[in-house]
Amino acid sequence: MNNNFLLLTPEFMVTGLAFLVLTLDFFLRDERKHLLGYAAAVGLSLILAVTLIYQWNIEDSLYDGLVVVDGYSLLFKAVFLVMGVVVVLSSVEYVRRNLSYAGEYYGILIFTIVGMMLMAASGELLTAYISLELLSFGLYVLVSFDRYNPKSNEGGTKYILLGAVSSALLLYGISQIYGLLGTTRFDGISETLAAAGGLSPGVVVGLVLIIAGLGFKVAAVPFHMWAPDAYEAAPIPITGYLAVASKAAAFALILRLFTQALMPVADEWQVVLVIMAALTMTLGNLVALAQTNLKRLLAYSSVGHVGYLLMGVAALASVGPDGRVGTQISHLASNGLMLHIVAYGVTNLAAFLAIAAFYNATGRDDIPGLAGAARRSPYLAMVMSASVLSLAGLPIFAGFVSKFYLFNAAAVQGLLWLAGLAIFTSLISLYYYLQILRQMYIEEPIDGSRIRLPRLTVGLLGALLVGMVVLGVYPGPLMDVIQHASDALKSSFGFMVVAQVPIN
Amino acid sequence: METLDSYALLLIVAIPMAGAGLLILIPGSNVMAVRRFALAVAVATALLSVYVFLAYDHSAGGMQFERIWKWLEIPGPWPMGESGITLRLGVDGISALMVLLTGIVLFTGVLISWNIEDRAKEFFVLYLLLLSGVFGVFVALDLFFFFFFYELAVMPMYLLIGVWGSSSTFPTFIRTKEYGAMKLMLYLVAGSVLIWIALLAIFVEADLGTFDLVALQDATFSEGFQRIFFPFLAIGFGVLAGLWPFHTWSPDGHVAAPTAVSMVHAGVLMKLGAFGIIRIGMTLMPEGAEFWMPALIGLGTVNVIYGAWSAMGQTDLKYVIGYSSVSHMGYVLMGIATLHVLGLNGAVLQMFSHGVMTALFFAAVGVIYEKTHTRDIGVLNGLAKRMGFTATLFAIAGLASLGLPGLSGFVAELLVFLGLFQTYPILGILGIIGAAITAVYILRLMGRVFFGPLGEQWEDQTDASVREKFSMLALAGFILLVGLFPFPFIRVIESGVTEVLARFGGVG
Repeated sequence: MNNNFLLLTPEFMVTGLAFLVLTLDFFLRDERKHLLGYAAAVGLSLILAVTLIYQWNIEDSLYDGLVVVDGYSLLFKAVFLVMGVVVVLSSVEYVRRNLSYAGEYYGILIFTIVGMMLMAASGELLTAYISLELLSFGLYVLVSFDRYNPKSNEGGTKYILLGAVSSALLLYGISQIYGLLGTTRFDGISETLAAAGGLSPGVVVGLVLIIAGLGFKVAAVPFHMWAPDAYEAAPIPITGYLAVASKAAAFALILRLFTQALMPVADEWQVVLVIMAALTMTLGNLVALAQTNLKRLLAYSSVGHVGYLLMGVAALASVGPDGRVGTQISHLASNGLMLHIVAYGVTNLAAFLAIAAFYNATGRDDIPGLAGAARRSPYLAMVMSASVLSLAGLPIFAGFVSKFYLFNAAAVQGLLWLAGLAIFTSLISLYYYLQILRQMYIEEPIDGSRIRLPRLTVGLLGALLVGMVVLGVYPGPLMDVIQHASDALKSSFGFMVVAQVPIN
Repeated sequence: METLDSYALLLIVAIPMAGAGLLILIPGSNVMAVRRFALAVAVATALLSVYVFLAYDHSAGGMQFERIWKWLEIPGPWPMGESGITLRLGVDGISALMVLLTGIVLFTGVLISWNIEDRAKEFFVLYLLLLSGVFGVFVALDLFFFFFFYELAVMPMYLLIGVWGSSSTFPTFIRTKEYGAMKLMLYLVAGSVLIWIALLAIFVEADLGTFDLVALQDATFSEGFQRIFFPFLAIGFGVLAGLWPFHTWSPDGHVAAPTAVSMVHAGVLMKLGAFGIIRIGMTLMPEGAEFWMPALIGLGTVNVIYGAWSAMGQTDLKYVIGYSSVSHMGYVLMGIATLHVLGLNGAVLQMFSHGVMTALFFAAVGVIYEKTHTRDIGVLNGLAKRMGFTATLFAIAGLASLGLPGLSGFVAELLVFLGLFQTYPILGILGIIGAAITAVYILRLMGRVFFGPLGEQWEDQTDASVREKFSMLALAGFILLVGLFPFPFIRVIESGVTEVLARFGGVG
């Protein structure tokens, strides 16, 4: 066993950065704490650069395959670091105004990034579990960070309790798998399952528990109840972080788990995911219709989007006209998933940043509070409209391309009816997104004063808007990177199975 | 000219889109600069569209000005390099005419919208985006981009109507602009849900790994597949074309919209629906089309009669025009459904003729509303004495719509009726009855609003501004041009129509 610990450089550096921020915190006076945010952002950007340069084209693993460094994990690491930079920067103004203990806020936020990076890289269930917990514990604290606000406490408590239950489910599922298959490694699981030719009831229980546990983490119906409360409770930048980064991380894990470990039994889990996806997209979008708080609205809308992503996971395996499920991984589906994760991420970050900026200026985060926003700040309203139209899946924004690609993948894989349902729920979602546009553009402002945006916010909003449009009209370059990641997903799978053969 | 030819279509789509992007950067307080910039964009695009129409070689026929750009790979069992999404642009005889129509309406619409003061910048940004989408649909030869532009043409509508539109008050209820905007959006997007599903089904069924329309035309679709999915396309696009019973968004939407948007919407956007049926439905699924055409022609007939009948009962000037659009789009649908070369020629010419005519209607009504602040037929009396120019131009549109010889409507409707008599003579008679009803409501309307004694409160009315006059004159010019010299237009249309009909075994 030859362990090249240098492969973990990015994770080490991010951990170091977290400690550095916590240390700097001691030396800064309260009114200068916002500098911590800039330090964190600069640090994360540097780490992003180092990671990209150093790990470009590396395909290797550590601890005998527990941590995998390949094109796939690199893509997600880069995505998480970029999301980290955006969330940190969009927090600066919000934290300065509304929260105390800035040092801990940024420190914990950076620790969760380590957890996410390891989730994308883990090639084994326990490593995945520990990374997931690292992320979750950080999020529990961040969600209830506004500790004198009873609502924040309530949402936080709910999140911790349900999160703990889901962790327990997940862990029990893992133990079940380990007990019956004798391994927790993805490649080992895949091999044992393929050799067994069928599932014993115990393994089924294990799989169901794992799916339920992960379902809780991504807020899939029927495990979504915590999400709206937690979203509402959290500080706005953290709500965005929950909606975007933690979901992306969970799907990074899910994608690797399902392709590398569970593909041989695709016929067993596919139908479960299809049903979950159908329920999630329908319920999420329907309940969103009734929301009046922006954060809750976007919470339910993100539940809807999780439905689309689950459909993508289900579409990894094809269904023939005779109902038989194939066990070949579909590149189309995995590409579509990753594209949608990135597009949804950029879009939602823009939406939450706009909401945070609006809240900073007016103290309102309900939908009627947006009245006349287009007169008070045309720029803010423009970015907000672009992001909700992108979420609704309209061109020229990223959401259109990614939805089209993902739905097309599902259709190609024999799930045309599910893709049809997704398109239909997308129509439902348009109604509530248009309500946001209506408030901003058509209704008259209650208070007509202009909103002044900090320069940093203007720049960040602009960057995200450009990102949305560029992804929407020219996704080619990103798609090349995603294709590379998809290839890595498939090849490291093959590579490790071959390596496994002599051991048995 | 070689280089211009290969980029002309890309420019037609890109100039309004880039124009919208650049317009965002101009400070909104400088209204004059915003208007001038929008006008410059409109002129450039309109000139290009005229060029494309004139340079289209009808004797060669087929797709011209073609260009293909690789856009996105779609991994799968298909050969790499051939699969994927391409930005493939091209025009045939049908779309060349539609591009011209869009260019005309774009240009005249900017002139008509000159006086918009409130957030003019946002208005023109959305307006240009909308037109970019419309052009895109007419020139895209890839289903992905077809749909991309189709959605782009729908998207800005909500704000254009909701922000700059107007509500109508009736004795017992109010139709707010928000209502009209939301209704229009939801109907159209519901239509595009069906289209989207059908496009995915086509992609899967063809199994070529491409959305390229030309490549897909060589794929074979089983008859059962065509029969299931043709209605998806026909209804999906039909919603936008005002197909009865999915037409109710159209009068409400058109009435609520600001003038230029009504012009674009009734003038061009409804044509997208009919165009989609021809371009995708008929070329990819001829057998399905043949199977369902009797149903479509029946609905089209209902459109004609029902739309005309409803128009008779309206008291709001814009609602009259709105329902007359529903009625006239019925002729387009009937013409398409004849599957006969005369009928289809007529349908496409009617698309153009109705586009110009209805744009002129809405422009004239817009001028009247701006001056008098009412659209109530009961209150407006004898306006011709004070607004002679507007009245004359409205009369030209009116006479074209009831099919007076010498104007565009006559030629188009005549061709549709000739096609109908070859295929469904009884429906042809119903169609002519529809034209008679049109004559009744249009003449009655004109008699009341423009002629007769001048209402007292209109003593001080003034006529349209020079810009508005010019805009209306341009539209009226095309009505006369097509009415007096229809053959150059019909030749171009026919080169496209025969190719569509060639896909139908032995019909036409």
